[in-house]
Amino acid sequence: MADKMKTAAEVMLDVLYESGVRHVFGIPGGNSIPIYDALTNHPLELILTRHEQGATHMADGYARSSGKPGVVCVTSGPGATNTLTGILTAMMDSIPIVVITGQSVTPNIGLDAFQEADILGMSFSSVKHSYMVTKPQDISRIIKEALHIATTGRPGPVLVDLPKDVSAALIDPTIENDRDLPGYKEIPVANSEDLNKTADLMNRALRPVIMAGHGVVLSGAEEPLLQIAEKMNIPVSTTLLGKGGFPDTHELSIGMPGMHGTAYANKALSGSDLIIAIGARWDDRITGIPENFCPNARKIHFDIDPVEMGKIIPVDCSVTGDAKASLEALLPLLEPGDTGRWNKQVNRWKREFPLKYRKEGKLRAQHIIEELARMAGPEAIACTDVGQHQMWAAHFVQSIKGRNWLTSGGAGTMGFGLPAAIGAQLARPESTVFTVVGDGSFQMTLCELATAANNKLPIKILITNNRYLGMVRQWQHMFYENRLTGVELEGNPDFMKLASAYGIKGFRVKRSSDVRKTLKAALAWNDGPCIIEAVVEQHDNVFPMVPAGATLDEMIIEAPRKKRSGAGDEQ
Amino acid sequence: MEKSIKHTISLLVSNKPGVLTRVALVFARRGFNIDSLVVSKAQSPEFSRMNIEATGDEKTLNLVLAQLNRLVDVIHAVDHANEDVIQRELALFKVSCPPEKRTEVLQIAETFRGQTVDIGDETITLQVTGKSSKVDAFHTMMDPFGILELVRTGKVLMSRGKAATA
Repeated sequence: MADKMKTAAEVMLDVLYESGVRHVFGIPGGNSIPIYDALTNHPLELILTRHEQGATHMADGYARSSGKPGVVCVTSGPGATNTLTGILTAMMDSIPIVVITGQSVTPNIGLDAFQEADILGMSFSSVKHSYMVTKPQDISRIIKEALHIATTGRPGPVLVDLPKDVSAALIDPTIENDRDLPGYKEIPVANSEDLNKTADLMNRALRPVIMAGHGVVLSGAEEPLLQIAEKMNIPVSTTLLGKGGFPDTHELSIGMPGMHGTAYANKALSGSDLIIAIGARWDDRITGIPENFCPNARKIHFDIDPVEMGKIIPVDCSVTGDAKASLEALLPLLEPGDTGRWNKQVNRWKREFPLKYRKEGKLRAQHIIEELARMAGPEAIACTDVGQHQMWAAHFVQSIKGRNWLTSGGAGTMGFGLPAAIGAQLARPESTVFTVVGDGSFQMTLCELATAANNKLPIKILITNNRYLGMVRQWQHMFYENRLTGVELEGNPDFMKLASAYGIKGFRVKRSSDVRKTLKAALAWNDGPCIIEAVVEQHDNVFPMVPAGATLDEMIIEAPRKKRSGAGDEQ
Repeated sequence: MEKSIKHTISLLVSNKPGVLTRVALVFARRGFNIDSLVVSKAQSPEFSRMNIEATGDEKTLNLVLAQLNRLVDVIHAVDHANEDVIQRELALFKVSCPPEKRTEVLQIAETFRGQTVDIGDETITLQVTGKSSKVDAFHTMMDPFGILELVRTGKVLMSRGKAATA
């Protein structure tokens, strides 16, 4: 018998703390009170959020920017279901978060008790793993397992459902209770046969392209990737989530592939004879219809997750393992081939089809995004929400290393941008953090302004306000004969008044000529967060664009030139 | 469209609540229909053995297998479609059987080594065990008499000789 018994909730917090966790994101409710009670005098710092979705995105942003797991603690029922969007977001992008949900007392579970939700059952299709703790003495083992599962192999979210009577139960904290995971697969190690075949294909390729995905960033494979690209002189395209895995500023960088990828990345993929995907899962926003995706190119796939092999695209060679370890093992097998002519061609495309936007006339979202990223500097953490502004940020923010670019790729979760930036700023207090959001997406989680303000986090929140759900408007305009339905955001708040309601500094910019001056003032503002509202051209569309169902070489490179009818450029 | 073939997947899983749901969801998400499912304790009480019969194309099956193996509660999942394994199934047939038909029904049952487990004025209930194909054949033979009820356990399998069933 230990001298002092502790509640299971206290033991849980101790295990988290001993594992290196320092922040817990969440908001309490009836069934999580024992956990919050244990937080009262605990060294773990509670970041009180205004909504559970915000808490999960904060933990996600914390994890993306630092590589450490983000931890969420919420209550049962609606508190728990509110985390599902954040859990899906983390699952789709392989982000290590642990979500602890309160639950009704054990005897009431399954009886429709007050604030009871079968969150365990709801979690199954969107978590890496999930638990319900039914015995208090299991708590330390389960928390250790949850952290291990979340952070190792292909990372992902783990949910732990904790009934109130279990969290409040007194247990002997000295009982050793280690991980017991007989079904958890070890990280596969690339086998030499696959590596030799890969090297052979790469050594003989005349028109190779590397497609670097999130796996490069998650595994920290930036350095061996750079060495391979330079040694072999291969152009590198980084996916939306792979951004920063290879420097955007490098002469071999060809930017993002896919639906809103750069023209030169898509032309390079279409013209290549070998595509080497590293930690990228052939997302449908890149491949379109899989059968039509670059049929003339051979394909190599590096992935840590055996499930991804052949899931979308049949490949000529697959290398299952951690990206960094696999690339390091591959490097000595590579012999520089003859890619000189190919690089000349790719560079011609880069010169011929650069990303561009009009700088004259009304203020453009692209302009202020590009300027903010440039002025914030290459070490800044750039977050985005989801929509047109996200694609423009992907085009015009220059990332030079991993974990400085935070965006919801797989799930495409609107409302991600602000809370993710809060998590990132808490994880890396010394870094400049800015987040680019749309007026639509921002309003999905804007209640977290209070969290940012309370914690005096100097986040720069750039709202590109076009008073539209711009990406949907673009689709309706281009593919639905401009029948605009449900996309005009009438009734937007006055964002400056909103800022002042939260005690936050606000800047509004309407003219291109004021951009630099406004951003300079905003970047100098370090007394808590600030909102920069950019009132931008309403009808701008994102180009290049590969229409749904088309192939990469059928992309629309720039806005069709039409006579202006007054309503906007593309109307 | 690839050809659909019948697969028998055996799984060793943690013996915990919810594992069956997780496994079933993997099949459901890709529209892979489960034809039969047997769950029982394995030799160690911490684990359960599942035998699942499902029909579908090879590509989807490989994805399903990989996804099953990715589950933390699944120790392993293996398809036995092209293997020579011991496989058995048990079925109960309740057949319409007035006294004048009894001899005929019992003769057929005898051929299949079926056992009579219940008999009445109007019905007879027979138990048949063996390979699924044998149970199918018995089904065909009983059809003309009028099958009132039928229940099958689903296929269970075990590898031959010393080899452990994966």
